[in-house]
Amino acid sequence: MTKTTKSGKPAPAAPRAGNTKVMNRFDLTRRLVARLKSEEAVIGGIGNTNFDLWAAGQRPQNFYMLGSMGLAFPIALGVALAQPKRRVIALEGDGSLLMQLGCLTTIAMLAPKNLSLIVMDNGIYQITGAQPTPAAAAASDLVAVARGCGIAESAWAADEEDFERLVEASLAATVPTLIGARIDHKPGTGTTDRDPVQIRERFMRGIGVRGVAVVEKTPTPA
Amino acid sequence: MQVSEAQQEAAAGAWHEIVRETLKRNNVRLIAYVPDRVLTPLIAGVHADPFFNAFPTAREEEAVGILAGAWMGGMRGALLMQTSGFSTLANVLASLAVPYQIPLIMFVSERGTLGEFNWGQSLVCRTMRPVLDSLAMEHHTITRLDELEFIADRSIKQAVATQAPVACILSPLLTGGKVFKR
Repeated sequence: MTKTTKSGKPAPAAPRAGNTKVMNRFDLTRRLVARLKSEEAVIGGIGNTNFDLWAAGQRPQNFYMLGSMGLAFPIALGVALAQPKRRVIALEGDGSLLMQLGCLTTIAMLAPKNLSLIVMDNGIYQITGAQPTPAAAAASDLVAVARGCGIAESAWAADEEDFERLVEASLAATVPTLIGARIDHKPGTGTTDRDPVQIRERFMRGIGVRGVAVVEKTPTPA
Repeated sequence: MQVSEAQQEAAAGAWHEIVRETLKRNNVRLIAYVPDRVLTPLIAGVHADPFFNAFPTAREEEAVGILAGAWMGGMRGALLMQTSGFSTLANVLASLAVPYQIPLIMFVSERGTLGEFNWGQSLVCRTMRPVLDSLAMEHHTITRLDELEFIADRSIKQAVATQAPVACILSPLLTGGKVFKR
């Protein structure tokens, strides 16, 4: 447990995550995507988390959430339950996770073997004007929260190399895992398309739920 | 519930058995719920049947996310909740279920009417249908046992076929509701 700031001012570099390095979301997202070789599903949370996922390369197995702040983990849990043989990765922001902390207990209870959770923690609501989160002001530790909820395999990434090591371990894990990454205050790199139906349809094709392309479905005359 | 009442219900095909069998027949496998007194026999029924994967969630909104993900992944599900739970869903319905065209299947145990004893419940109940109507969402209030299977079955099929959410509101006229004891 770490100390709170005396002044109550936003403390982006507060040591709530121990001695971990402050990294960059886009850089980490690129490192993650580069390691995906098996059509893993990736669910991106609202805002910058999504924007960097988009900018890291638009895989057909990516799902981009345009609203419903806080639901990246629950959506990923649903995909993981429906497709137990596919690895599912969820990228979420710290402010978003704060909106839906209860989902950590649901994930711990159901304990899917194929779910990897990643929290990008900058301690602020960057996209709305960089206001500090209550968790940052209180020096709350989201990885400790996850562990307390029953996700035992929860860890802060100490630096980029450690992040890659934790990602590698999580892709092979048989219990839900959570990686916390402290990140800087930079905004997202790209912006997603804003067409929800197209995003969903592409994703469903990408994970094999929507079958073959329409042309292949055309019946041949008898 | 009295034993004799339970026996009568079983003989007639209780509402919760009809809902359970209708879900099963339509391959609705994943059941997420936030507990409710009236829904208790339905919740117990889906837990007891190995066909279903039934589990509680901390919030109804979370359950919508899970069911949306599961549907995109190829598995049908349904959300069981009470009126006050539904009232927390406006944001997720408007930003996820409706625009992404997710066939979210909801069963809402109706509180707040026909003998409600908690003022807050009666007020929150009045927000339910305006929210459903404002998003032009399909919804039916089921009051009669003889109409239950038809409405539930057709509602599930329509939701899937049109990729649109649906709410089946289970009236106290059907379930008996929650009774005021003083």
